[in-house]
Amino acid sequence: MGPALGDDVQLRLQASPHLKAPDSTPRIMWSVTASLIPIIAVAVFYFGPSALLVLIAATLGAVLTEWAFAPRGSLADGSCVITGILLGLVLPPGVPLWIAFVGGAFGIGFGKLVFGGLGQNVFNPALLGRAFLQAAFPAVMTTWSTVPERWSALRGDNLALPFMSPKVDAVTGATPLGLFKFEDTTTEVSKLMIGDVSGSLGETAGIVILVCGGYLALRNYLNWRIPASILLTVALFSGLLYAIDSARFASPMFALFSGGLMLGALYMATDMVTSPVTNSGAWIFGIGIGLLVVVIRTWGGLPEGVMYAILLMNALVPFINRATQPRPYGRSRVPKTQEAEA
Amino acid sequence: MLARLSFRHGVHPAEKKELTAGLAIRRMPFPDEVVLPLRQHAGKPARLLVEPGDRVERGDKLAEADGFFSVPIHASGAGTVQSIGWWPHPDGSMAEAVRVSLESYSPQIPRPRIIPRWEGLTPKQVVDAVQRAGVVGLGGAAFPTHVKLLPPDDVSVDTLIVNGAECEPYLTTDHRTMVEYPERVQFGIRVMMHTLGVDRAIIGVENNKPDAIAILEETLPDDLDVSVQGLTVKYPQGYEKMLIRALTGREVPSGKLPMHVGAVVQNVGSLACIAEVFETGLPLIERVVTVTGPGVRRPSNLLVPVGTKLRDVLDFCDGLTDDAAEIVFGGPMMGASQPDLDAPIIKGTTGVVVLTHRESRARQVHPCIRCGHCLDSCPVFLNPSLLGQLAQAGRYEEMEEAHLADCMLCGCCSYVCPSNIPLSQMFALAKAGAKRRKQQAA
Repeated sequence: MGPALGDDVQLRLQASPHLKAPDSTPRIMWSVTASLIPIIAVAVFYFGPSALLVLIAATLGAVLTEWAFAPRGSLADGSCVITGILLGLVLPPGVPLWIAFVGGAFGIGFGKLVFGGLGQNVFNPALLGRAFLQAAFPAVMTTWSTVPERWSALRGDNLALPFMSPKVDAVTGATPLGLFKFEDTTTEVSKLMIGDVSGSLGETAGIVILVCGGYLALRNYLNWRIPASILLTVALFSGLLYAIDSARFASPMFALFSGGLMLGALYMATDMVTSPVTNSGAWIFGIGIGLLVVVIRTWGGLPEGVMYAILLMNALVPFINRATQPRPYGRSRVPKTQEAEA
Repeated sequence: MLARLSFRHGVHPAEKKELTAGLAIRRMPFPDEVVLPLRQHAGKPARLLVEPGDRVERGDKLAEADGFFSVPIHASGAGTVQSIGWWPHPDGSMAEAVRVSLESYSPQIPRPRIIPRWEGLTPKQVVDAVQRAGVVGLGGAAFPTHVKLLPPDDVSVDTLIVNGAECEPYLTTDHRTMVEYPERVQFGIRVMMHTLGVDRAIIGVENNKPDAIAILEETLPDDLDVSVQGLTVKYPQGYEKMLIRALTGREVPSGKLPMHVGAVVQNVGSLACIAEVFETGLPLIERVVTVTGPGVRRPSNLLVPVGTKLRDVLDFCDGLTDDAAEIVFGGPMMGASQPDLDAPIIKGTTGVVVLTHRESRARQVHPCIRCGHCLDSCPVFLNPSLLGQLAQAGRYEEMEEAHLADCMLCGCCSYVCPSNIPLSQMFALAKAGAKRRKQQAA
C-alpha cells in the first residue's frame, strides 16, 4: 500500500500540457555559445592572443551592460554572451580593446535593451554594435593589421588607450574582398575556406563556420532555411554575374567563402529574435539578404555588405511575418472581407 | 500495411505506453461508494430522478437525458442513494452528483431487460437506444454518441472513421480495447454503418500498436467495406480534424463539424460500448481506464465502475510512489490535474496518469525569442507566438481576428515553447472570455 493516500498528499496543479519538450531558451542560447568555441579556436590560431583579448573585451562590454541595465536574472539566459562573442568575431584583430568593449555595450544597450530586452529587438545586437563602431571609428574598423610573429605579439593597437590617436606603424594587409575590389587580385578559395587570410577574427574559416552552424541546424536551434537561402542566392546571383563577365565579377565560390558571409548567414541572420517566425518568411528573408550582399559588394562603395544586408532585412521582418502568416486549417486563403462577401 | 498517413506539424512527446501496453484489462472490485455527477458529457446535464434513500440496482437510471443534446446517468452498482449534492468534478469545478453506497455482498446483477435486436430497428430507433444507454464518446471529450448518429438532412455522410489512434502519451485504454475486444469494435462498426447508411469505414490506428492493427485486420467483416490504416505516431493524431485529414485528405471547414465533409468519427471504446448495448442491454456504467505513470506503484489497465473515486482506483493500484507529484485525469497533453482524491472516474476519463517531480515541475518563463517552434508544431496552422503576445497584452479582440476560435487547445505550442510560455493556458482563458462576451452581448 502506498503511504500517501491520506488527505495530506500535496498534489501539484498545473494547466495542460503536463509534459514539456526538453529544450529551453537558456539551453538554446548556451548551445549556440558552445558551438562558437571551434570558431573562437580558429580565430586564436590565426590571430594569436589578440583574438582572445578582443573577444573578451567585446563580451565584457555586452555582459556588463546587461548586468547593469537589464532586469535581474536575464544574464542566465546567455543571450548577451552570444552577442558579445559574435561582435568580437566580426572585429578586426588589431582593434583597440576599449573600442571592442564600447561596441559590446552599445550592441546590448541600444541594440537590445532599449527595445525591451530579449525577444523585443528589431536588429541583431551584435551587428548593430559593429555598425556603430564602423560609423564611429571608420579607420580602425578597416585596418587589417598583420604581424610576422603570430603568437608572441599583439596586433595593431589592441592596447591603445581610449581616444588616443592610434599608432601608425602597424603593418596592414587588405582583406580578400578589399584586394578584389580595389586591387583586382583574387585570393585562392582553398585559403578562404580554411581561413588563412586577412580579415575579421571569426569570419575567415568558412568550413569551420559551416560545420558549427550545421550542428545547430541539426538540433533545430537555427532555421536551416535562412543560411540555405542566403548562400544559394549569393551563389546563383554571383554565378550569373560571373558567367556574364568572369574578369569583372567574383566567382561564386569566392563570393561564398570571402568576407563575413558564412558567419553572417549561419550566426547573424539566424538570430531567432530578428528573423521571421514563418518558414516561408525565412526563405524571403534569406533571398533578400543574398541579393543585397551581392549588390553591395559589386556596386557599393564598400568591399563587404553582409552587415548592412542583414540589418536592412532585419527591419523588414515584421512585414515579412505579416505577409507570410500560415493558412489556418479549414480556412481559405481569401482575406477576411472577401470571405464575408463570398 | 503500415501506411505512413498523417497530418502536418504536431509534436513527438515520449510515448511511455510500454508501462501498460502489454497488460490485460482487469476488472476492478466494486468500491464501497460511487459518486455520479449529473454532468459527465458535453451538452446539458442529466435531470435527476432519484432521492436520497432510494434503492437502486446496477444499471438503473439515476437521471434522465435533458433534451436531445444530453444523455442519462445510470447506477454503476447496486445500493442506496446516500445523498445528492456538490462534489469535486474532474474538470476542477464542483458539480451536482449522486452518491450511491454500494452493497458489499450484492451479486451486482442488473434487472432483467429486453435486449434490442438492432437489425430490425430504424436509424431513429438505434439512436434512441444509444441515447437511452447513456453512451458518449469514450475518447475524452464525452460528446453524446447518438448525436453523431443522426446527421441533419442537409449533410450526407459517406465515411465512418474509427478512432484508434490514441495519440496521448501513456494511455493504452483504446489499445487494450482493440486487442482484447476486436469483435465488439467490429460489431459496433456494423451497427454504426447501418444506422448512418454509409458504405465505408476506416479504422485509424497509430503504428505503435501493431498488435491492434493485426487483430483488427484478422477480424474485418467480409460483407462490409471496412479497412484498417496505420498512422504515423504523432500527437495530436487522434483529433478528429487531424484524423480526417490523414485518412481522407479532407479538411473540415473552420467552425463546421466533421459531418460537413461527409465523415463521422467514433472512438473504438464508444463502438465497443455500442456493441455492448446491443449484446447485453447494459447502459454505459463502466469503462476501461489506464492507471499509469511513474508515480503509481502498479500501473494497470482497469475496467472501472463509473463513479469510482480516484482514491479507490489508486488504492487498488497499490498507491502512489513517494515522489508522486501530480495526478492527471486523461492524457498528460490535454488532461486535467486533480486537486482532490475524491474526484470520481466519469464516462470521459480515459486514464489516470501520475507524474513525479521529475516530469511535473515549475519551469521558469523566459521572454518569447520568436524561434517559431510553436508555428512549426501547431496542427491547425495558427501563429501561437503572435496569439501569446496579444494575450499578454490583453488584446482579446485581435486574438479572435487571429483565428483563436480555430485553436483546439491541444497544447503542442506550450509543449515545444523553449521559453516555457503557458500558451495554451492563455488561449483557454481567452476562449472562455470570448464565450462570456458573446453571451453577454446576446
